[in-house]
Amino acid sequence: MSEPVAQSGGGVIDAPDAPVLDVDPGIKTALSPKIAPWEERHTSYDVEAFEVPRGREEQWRFTPLRRLRGLHDGSASATGRVEVAVRTGFGDSADDLTGSGTRHEVVGRDDARLGDGGIPADRVAAQAWSAFPSAHVVSVNEARSDDAPLTVTITGPGEGQVAFAHLQLRLEHHAEAVVVLDHRGSGTVAANTELVVADGAKLEVVEVHDWADDAVYVGAQHLSVGRDATIRHTSVTLGGDLVRLSPVINYRAPGGDVELDGLYFADGGQHFEQRLLADHSVANCRSRVMYKGALQGEEGGTAAHTVWIGDVLIRKAAEGTDTYELNRNLLLTDNARADSVPNLEIETGEIVGAGHASATGRFDDEQLFYLMARGIPEAAARRLVVRGFFGEVIQKIRVPALRDRLEAAIEAELEAIGS
Amino acid sequence: MSTLEIRDLHVEVETESGPKEILRGVDLTVSSNETHAIMGPNGSGKSTLAYSIAGHPKYTVTKGQVLLDGEDVLEMAVDERARAGLFLAMQYPVEVPGVSMSNFLRSAATATRGEAPKVRHWVKEVKGAMSDLEIDPAFAERSVNEGFSGGEKKRHEVLQMALLKPKIAILDETDSGLDVDALRVVSKGVNDYKADSDVGILLITHYTRILRYIAPDKVHVFVNGRVAESGGPELAEELEENGYVRFTGAAADKEEQPA
Repeated sequence: MSEPVAQSGGGVIDAPDAPVLDVDPGIKTALSPKIAPWEERHTSYDVEAFEVPRGREEQWRFTPLRRLRGLHDGSASATGRVEVAVRTGFGDSADDLTGSGTRHEVVGRDDARLGDGGIPADRVAAQAWSAFPSAHVVSVNEARSDDAPLTVTITGPGEGQVAFAHLQLRLEHHAEAVVVLDHRGSGTVAANTELVVADGAKLEVVEVHDWADDAVYVGAQHLSVGRDATIRHTSVTLGGDLVRLSPVINYRAPGGDVELDGLYFADGGQHFEQRLLADHSVANCRSRVMYKGALQGEEGGTAAHTVWIGDVLIRKAAEGTDTYELNRNLLLTDNARADSVPNLEIETGEIVGAGHASATGRFDDEQLFYLMARGIPEAAARRLVVRGFFGEVIQKIRVPALRDRLEAAIEAELEAIGS
Repeated sequence: MSTLEIRDLHVEVETESGPKEILRGVDLTVSSNETHAIMGPNGSGKSTLAYSIAGHPKYTVTKGQVLLDGEDVLEMAVDERARAGLFLAMQYPVEVPGVSMSNFLRSAATATRGEAPKVRHWVKEVKGAMSDLEIDPAFAERSVNEGFSGGEKKRHEVLQMALLKPKIAILDETDSGLDVDALRVVSKGVNDYKADSDVGILLITHYTRILRYIAPDKVHVFVNGRVAESGGPELAEELEENGYVRFTGAAADKEEQPA
């Protein structure tokens, strides 16, 4: 994107491996005005501990509250349940769950493990926590091979139905697993997803939100990162009327290494919102964030809207932190709006590196011209560029059948607008 | 046998102070097996001519014709022009992040040839062409032009020409920014393709240096948006000795000669 229409935030202290910055430095320190009110941020399992959002709060200002169908104000009550199925493999080759050290349990609200991942930090997440009937716990206490990914299919309660859901994915000490969380179906869902990764464990998880057109999904992802644990998290949002995801990284001990990648593709009328927090509270942890979004709204219709908020907090104790976050948005048509707000707050200077960048641009006509000047028709040229744009996110996914599905889904999105 | 005819071509661009005419009646005909050098000072409109023929949306043709074997090129979309047999080696090749060179070349070959090349032959063909241009095979998996040096970009432009096999190729300052070794390799690539085909070449350059490697049949001096004088290779020698003064002195509009 050679001609960005908007760039914001941006800055770097010293991150040798970080991508080249194309924005002005603008590091926030403890002395500068705070965009994210950390001290005011509070957490609770109890929905009543949070005020009903009115839409002006920093946390909610981008979200069309009317479209939440009462998830935020207590007026939505459960009328159904999400269905959760766990299998080995992905796609056509998925089969019954295998692995002696892997279990899928449905547990009561009093299960002692629940909450290990983190605590809700907004009213909808607390609402889900206060109301879920039973939780699904998928635990892995073995090193699973890449060839045996787990697929957890989460299916909505159905059109017109409301469900509150809770899922915990748990990797015990030195366990390894590749997991796909495949969200689909209809209805209105508020959920908490805990990703609890113990010391030395390695989790590669791809969370796919491929909801039906009617669906509303508001989910909080609580990542708990043990000592020297690794999480590679890819978040993909392709379908749904409104999808709002709030992943929070909680480092429990030094040596944690987390990469959050994201891909979203919003059409006219869709609202996709991502609110990330990397809370560097302990020393010598690493975070890398790379989210890429494409938007296309039809002329005369409702705009496609995406929101990306990337908050990084480096607390005083978090010496040796290494963090970099990036968000790129590609506006394929007019009638699309991408909000992108990276926030970096640093309470110690003793770090390895901290930087962020954000850019939103229109489709690059020079790239299009170059490809077409080699005989490639316009539609194929656009597909090449968009595929290239998302390529670095998709190529990191280690489930080939899922990569194929995502590429096909992106092609289908592009064809839908006839470009 | 192919012919590219440019007749009384007028082209303008949109500027902050309104439309500005850059080409002011260009007449030029290039046929198969001919190499024409277009030489001119900076700002004379040479690159505008190249990009206008390729169909860059920035340029508006206000008058005149461009015909390829009698077909109206100006009516064609950018990709149609390429498929009709026109090729532009760009002065500033564009970076396309995330699209591998091999994927790009195959997509382009599929489009210009009308069918996907057979994998086995294609791989061999690309390898051979890359080796001729002394391009490291690792470039095939790199994103198109991303992070390439100036010389690497120009080699890849010539590589594309060799693979897409155009009837008429326009080389826009393919020599600029090249050191002697790179100039030799790139020129050899052009000469090899000339030898293997009936290509007609329009070689746009500021300097006579490249003409020592790629011999022109005709030389045109381009000044102030049109061809000021045409001749044989001896015209290039005169420019080598005396520069453009004789021509720019005759040019009325000083505005056309930005520093």
